[in-house]
Amino acid sequence: MPRVVFTSNLQRHVSCPARDAAGETVSAVLQEVFDQEPQIRGYVLDEQGELRKHVFIFVDGQRARLSNPVGEESEIYVLQALTGG
Amino acid sequence: MKLLVATRKGLFVLNQSKIEKPHFLGDPVTAALREKGDLYAALNLGHFGVKMRRSSNDGATWEEIAVPAYPPQPKADEKTPWKLVQVWALEADPAGTLWAGTIPGGLFRSSDRGASWALVESLWRRPERAEWFGGGYDHPGIHSICIDPRDSRRITLGISCGGAWQTRDNGETWNIASHGMYAEFMPPERRNDPNIQDPHRIVQCASRPDVLWAQHHNGVFRSTDGSKSWQEVTAIKPSKFGFAVAVHPHDADTAWFVPAVKDECRVPVDGKLVVARTRDAGKSFQVLGKGLPQQHAYDLAYRHGLAVDASGKHLALGSTTGGLWISENQGDSWECLSTQLPPIYCVRFAD
Repeated sequence: MPRVVFTSNLQRHVSCPARDAAGETVSAVLQEVFDQEPQIRGYVLDEQGELRKHVFIFVDGQRARLSNPVGEESEIYVLQALTGG
Repeated sequence: MKLLVATRKGLFVLNQSKIEKPHFLGDPVTAALREKGDLYAALNLGHFGVKMRRSSNDGATWEEIAVPAYPPQPKADEKTPWKLVQVWALEADPAGTLWAGTIPGGLFRSSDRGASWALVESLWRRPERAEWFGGGYDHPGIHSICIDPRDSRRITLGISCGGAWQTRDNGETWNIASHGMYAEFMPPERRNDPNIQDPHRIVQCASRPDVLWAQHHNGVFRSTDGSKSWQEVTAIKPSKFGFAVAVHPHDADTAWFVPAVKDECRVPVDGKLVVARTRDAGKSFQVLGKGLPQQHAYDLAYRHGLAVDASGKHLALGSTTGGLWISENQGDSWECLSTQLPPIYCVRFAD
């Protein structure tokens, strides 16, 4: 099952330990996480369901979009972009 | 005397002029409000968006509450993303309804202490909104929400840049309310268009609510007919540009401003930070600088950087370079509380 790791900087605002979540795309995996922890959603996505402007996602070391596919063993990192600082 | 100071790096609560512990240290706080027993803070996290917090124990602990959220954006629609950028104004009416003015131009209200927010669609769907544009930010925003103390269904908004708008029926319908303002930054044929004006801040006199004052991008304006019309106040000195204005709650003829050179040079005139006060409805002004830095001062008071308390005696002034001053005599003299706070967005008495 893919594993999702959130930046520790987000941990300061909302509980978001690393966790495994099922799904075939970044979007689906994150949705699974949000279903379990609804409060995280608004920190990662805006109200239109898009990735926040200053949040980056990497899948297995590569920048990724919400629509990117993920593998069974993928690691998804949700990070802050330096642009937002 | 309690003072809320919202800054680029946290919310500072001052009690009898002493800074208590900072809240949300490191995080931008764009608006704060004390409403009955609750404190509210609007955060604008650089990466993770706008967040709202409420405390029912004077800031000992905070809880996350709902954030105003825009409805799904129609595909065909316009240049402005339907996404919350910032909460720029927070007010409460006597019944406890909360009002939030936001960038990109939506007004929201909450009747459940922020547990949920509803966009005021009647304003958001006005066709005139397509003409609004950003002032200081990429998108337009509501920075002033004046709730008429006689009748809280009457609300006047200040929008940069969308002029002033007013409802008399609790937000069911809206009228443009910035006739008389002018915009030097526009082509001549649009100069007097009320819908593209940039009132930087609008305040309303609590005891004479038909009197409103505006510090506009192009000068100072006053209305004596409840925002139906505005007249320029040309006696303002040492300059007519600025962001902040405060009006005495019991004397509609007394108001304070913090002038800066002009729009392309947003610093005090001659490096002297001063407050301009009128006591005669704008016919004349006193320039008050006692206790404020009078050389090499480059402090700018932003829209919500000047506040008067409910008595009309105490003033607070916060600058974008982190200076904080209070006056206990209507501005005749000032006491410096700090010169090294983070950039100050908003000062507000919270008695």
